[in-house]
Amino acid sequence: MTHADTPNPNRYFVPHNAPWPIVGSIGMTALLAGAAMSMNGTAAGKISMLAGFAIIVVMLFGWFGQVVKESVNGYYNSQVDTSFRMGMIWFIFSEVMFFAAFFGALFYARVFMVPWLGGEGHGVMTNALLWQGFDPVWPTNGPAAVGGGFDTVPAFGVPLVNTLILLTSGLTVTMAHWALKVGQRRSLVLWLAATVALGFFFVYLQAEEYIHAYQELGLTLGSGIYGSTFFMLTGFHGMHVTLGAIMLTVIMFRAAKGHFTADNHFGFEGVAWYWHFVDVVWLGLFVFVYVV
Amino acid sequence: MSSNTAAAHDHTHDHTHDDHHGAPKGLLRWVFTTNHKDIGTLYLVFSLLMFLIGGGMALIIRAELFQPGLQLVNPEFFNQMTTMHALVMIFGAVMPAFVGLANWMIPMMIGAPDMALPRMNNWSFWILPFAFTMLIGTLFMPSGGPAGGWTLYPPLSLQTGNSFAFVIFAIHMLGISSIMGAINVIATILNMRAPGMTLLRMPLFVWSWLITAFLLIAVMPVLAGAVTMLLTDRFFDTTFFSAAGGGDPVMFQHIFWFFGHPEVYIMILPAFGIISEIIPTFARKPLFGYTAMVYATASIAFLSFIVWAHHMFTVGMPLGAELFFMYATMVIAVPTGVKVFNWVSTMWRGAMTFETPMLFALAFVILFTIGGFSGLMLAIVPADFQYHDTYFVVAHFHYVLVTGAVFAIIAAAYYWLPKWTGNMYNERLGKIHFWWSVISVNVLFFPQHYLGLAGMPRRIPDYAVQFADYNMISSIGGFAFGLAQLLFAFIVWQCARGGVKATAQVWEGAKGLEWTLPSPAPYHTFDEPPKIDDSVVAHGDVAH
Amino acid sequence: MKNQNIVIVSIAVLAGMLLAVWGMFALGDNMPRGVTEFSQTAYDLHMLILWICVVIGVLVFGAMFVSIILHRKSNGVEAAQFTHSTKAEIAWTAIPILILILMAVPATRALILMETSEGAEMDIKITGYQWKWKYEYMDTGVSFISSLAQDSDIARQLNSGIDPTTVDNYLLEVDNALVVPTDTKIRLLLTSGDVIHSWWVPELGWKRDAIPGIVNTAWTSISEPGTYRGQCAELCGKDHGFMPVVVIAKPRAEFEQWLAQQPGYTGSDDVSALAQDTADDMTTSPEVALAD
Ligand code: HEA
Ligand code: HEA
Ligand code: CUA
Ligand SMILES: [Cu+2]
Repeated sequence: MTHADTPNPNRYFVPHNAPWPIVGSIGMTALLAGAAMSMNGTAAGKISMLAGFAIIVVMLFGWFGQVVKESVNGYYNSQVDTSFRMGMIWFIFSEVMFFAAFFGALFYARVFMVPWLGGEGHGVMTNALLWQGFDPVWPTNGPAAVGGGFDTVPAFGVPLVNTLILLTSGLTVTMAHWALKVGQRRSLVLWLAATVALGFFFVYLQAEEYIHAYQELGLTLGSGIYGSTFFMLTGFHGMHVTLGAIMLTVIMFRAAKGHFTADNHFGFEGVAWYWHFVDVVWLGLFVFVYVV
Repeated sequence: MSSNTAAAHDHTHDHTHDDHHGAPKGLLRWVFTTNHKDIGTLYLVFSLLMFLIGGGMALIIRAELFQPGLQLVNPEFFNQMTTMHALVMIFGAVMPAFVGLANWMIPMMIGAPDMALPRMNNWSFWILPFAFTMLIGTLFMPSGGPAGGWTLYPPLSLQTGNSFAFVIFAIHMLGISSIMGAINVIATILNMRAPGMTLLRMPLFVWSWLITAFLLIAVMPVLAGAVTMLLTDRFFDTTFFSAAGGGDPVMFQHIFWFFGHPEVYIMILPAFGIISEIIPTFARKPLFGYTAMVYATASIAFLSFIVWAHHMFTVGMPLGAELFFMYATMVIAVPTGVKVFNWVSTMWRGAMTFETPMLFALAFVILFTIGGFSGLMLAIVPADFQYHDTYFVVAHFHYVLVTGAVFAIIAAAYYWLPKWTGNMYNERLGKIHFWWSVISVNVLFFPQHYLGLAGMPRRIPDYAVQFADYNMISSIGGFAFGLAQLLFAFIVWQCARGGVKATAQVWEGAKGLEWTLPSPAPYHTFDEPPKIDDSVVAHGDVAH
Repeated sequence: MKNQNIVIVSIAVLAGMLLAVWGMFALGDNMPRGVTEFSQTAYDLHMLILWICVVIGVLVFGAMFVSIILHRKSNGVEAAQFTHSTKAEIAWTAIPILILILMAVPATRALILMETSEGAEMDIKITGYQWKWKYEYMDTGVSFISSLAQDSDIARQLNSGIDPTTVDNYLLEVDNALVVPTDTKIRLLLTSGDVIHSWWVPELGWKRDAIPGIVNTAWTSISEPGTYRGQCAELCGKDHGFMPVVVIAKPRAEFEQWLAQQPGYTGSDDVSALAQDTADDMTTSPEVALAD
């Protein structure tokens, strides 16, 4: 047992007590209960959400601040480092499965449901009795043309640019890692800054694209199964990019302060993994949502 | 933060490097704790509380079903009870109980000082009380709680009133908690084992949890995705589950059961692990076929991902899909059979004694197998067209869940209570609890097979008069079984208060690292990694 | 002495199990054999698997009880220390596989038969609503709503004070039953107007979900005239327990007479002719069913 007052890198660090988790739970509850209230049209919901959000931000600063401090003061040995790594890897795996649910919905709708509604194979009677005349081509807002006509976002415009942006950002973050490994703090920070800039630029373009879709293309969350899958997938992805970019920003400042050394920089790596994950998800999106 | 570090100083300073120093005092100890034993205790106590609440709801169900006609509650409330009973039992009682056992036992079984990520461990637990306050709180909202069944099928679930968003978010929180808990278990097992504790020397409880944790991380996010789509269908105009917009109500069922079926194995694999600890101890004989047990568990976990649609045979799937899911489901009987046969072979030519944990373990083997048999019957599609959504299914899953999962948890509690508290529980009361439970639980659930076969659908508050007799018997069994569990709560409480002092080994035949520690286990254990040699390994594959 | 007690208890337990299963037949609370080919296949399969499970159960639990009786410490036995037996392990993997194959063969055969609605002579469209059924005799102009009979409905209210045993067919009676001809291959087209319901008559051998926006097909051919009762079998809201299904099967001639007297009747009284148009092009042959 290594105690908080005796940094001993040879023993496993077991933190003794931690107020931040309960703060996090309170924040999470306030945020989600507030969101639920808002959805029910209760005005107080917004306040609760804001308060919850603020509490979570405080919690993140406090919690990560403590971890950073312990790390910088050398409390963590390589075993702790491995625990963190495993934690991050499995967390990313859980995120992959979260996206898998939405990709699953997309594939199911395209491969099975829409053809069935159009009367293929198993759907003969469904089509004949309920949806006669439905033309089962993707993209579709369903046999009832839910949400009215819409146009899709062409793959080889903004989405292609965004693909290039994210691919480039994957490169820059790798460059940053390389700089970190050879101990060049200045170029590390610069490469990170480039990655952050690319990340936020992606989010900006995505936001523009959403506005365009809503205002000019008539494509909304309510545009049947196409709109639903399109916005859920790209929307959750966009949220993850935003989160990743914020994390990269934090890492950039930490790098500037000299928190990372060539052989001890899990914080950096964890965020870099996350960034690559976001990148890979986008590639899937680009292919299956936009191109195919 | 600085005050927190200061607090850490306060109670650690003079005890530095003292393995036996005690726990901090006061209520905040429990709120801020990062100690795996404290957190384990929190989980277990919480789980018991939820079991009583969920059981209370079951008793409302059984009371209404005591005789035909509506006497106590109106149908809306009955459906809320059915829904909430299941959610509370699954997410509040069974899963947290297993996580609590994992917290207590895994570090002690593999020679680790604590869980790998202790602060996150605290958070995993402390999300639960909030999530359940939100979930159960919906019952008190003007529109009432969710009433669409725990499976939340749309479009029905979309008719839920104001409680809907709260329920969805509560489920999100439960998912976050489970995922973090599972990540912790994996990191602990893969990274914190004492030198020499190779994977194939790990106790089977640890193995089963490793695999369970993987299942959890793989499927809880899928549930989160499914309920998120429900939320947007309800509030943000999406049409994932509406054919008019090109979606499909049945798609929800596919996604839900992709989570739901592995979920039921999440609730049974750790139970298998527990039984594999207890039987060798009281048979005084090494576990038969250790490696086969590990592979069987892994196979069950793998198969659990490709059988989900056996819950949906009546939705009108293409024939090919029905056949595939029938075959895949049937195959699960093979690795599960391996487990059952290995337990029986472990008993064979042993020198058995029958303390309470062993009694529950033996009952588990028989009654879980009966539940498994009815599961296999349900897998036969043409027959399932008749069984589906009847009390036959209710009987099936209560055999695997109550006399399976819950019995294993109770067995584990008796088995390890002396290690946790340092006191022996009252063996006489334990035996009474066992016989009372095992008889009443069969009175409770066995007749439900007949009810289902005779045609009684599930989730109905009132029924045709020909079902009256068995329902009455079942309800009587339900009240008797509930009462027995109050006795259990009393026995645990009594044991925590005091009693005959337990030895370190507690059970004559017990092997494994946890039994090398004093009883009660000190607040901090294995600060220094223990030496692992074959004499202390419980039943790992020492030949390897 | 003590030993003897255990033997007795164990035998009693085994006997109890057998008795319980036997009791099922004695009391008649088993799955009904029903009046269609399907219900009889389902029943036969049910009994086959049940008996296989009973036999396996008796063997496994028997071995366990022998062990419990003989291999107990109080008998002064010394525990053996063996841990494997490759032969045994292969046997108890292989034998269950064989047994499963044995079960799968008839199950597959039955299923293919059930899912093939070729050559239906008559179509009935069934639509579920909260909480009633609508029946349409396709192409005859006849359709009506079927809901819980009034006396049941009054008796089932909370604290109605009416003893359900005094009500005829409590909860299993409707105002307008579905009337069908015997010995006729009838195709049922199931859908729903709101949430998912499930149409189930045990004596006919299966249940199938009625899902909004989708038409499910199933078919039946009833061999014996009579009244067959069932219930909605998918939770569909507060009155899910109160939407029974009643089917009255009449000989073909009687049925045709009945049909012609229904309000709105327009079609020919030749049932075989009227379904032919839909039946021809929209049946699912086994090949088609397997293909999709
Ligand atoms: C712990 C939980 C648990 C476990 C372990 C299982 C185990 C199994 N379950 Fe069960 N099941 C549930 C929980 C569980 N189930 C729940 C909660 C539901 C309902 C959900 C809802 O709708 O609300 C359900 C519903 C359910 C259905 C859907 C029924 C319906 O709605 O129509 C089916 C259908 O196939 C099924 C099958 C099986 C099978 C084949 C197994 C197998 O794993 C069992 C394998 C075990 C054995 C077979 C016994 C031991 C083996 C031997 C001794 C070897 C030799 C045996 C032979 C060769 C026969 N289950
Ligand atoms: C692990 C899961 C689990 C457990 C342990 C149980 C335990 C029990 N279940 Fe449950 N049950 C489910 C999971 C579980 N169930 C699921 C998934 C469903 C399906 C839901 C759905 O259809 O959506 C279901 C549905 C279900 C039904 C069908 C409802 C319906 O279809 O309408 C019934 C009916 O008898 C029932 C009964 C019981 C009983 C009597 C117990 C008993 O074992 C409970 C024993 C415990 C007690 C009785 C507690 C004792 C406490 C007291 C006596 C004091 C009371 C104190 C307070 C209130 C503080 N359950
Ligand atoms: Cu309609 Cu249940
Ligand atoms: Cu299942």
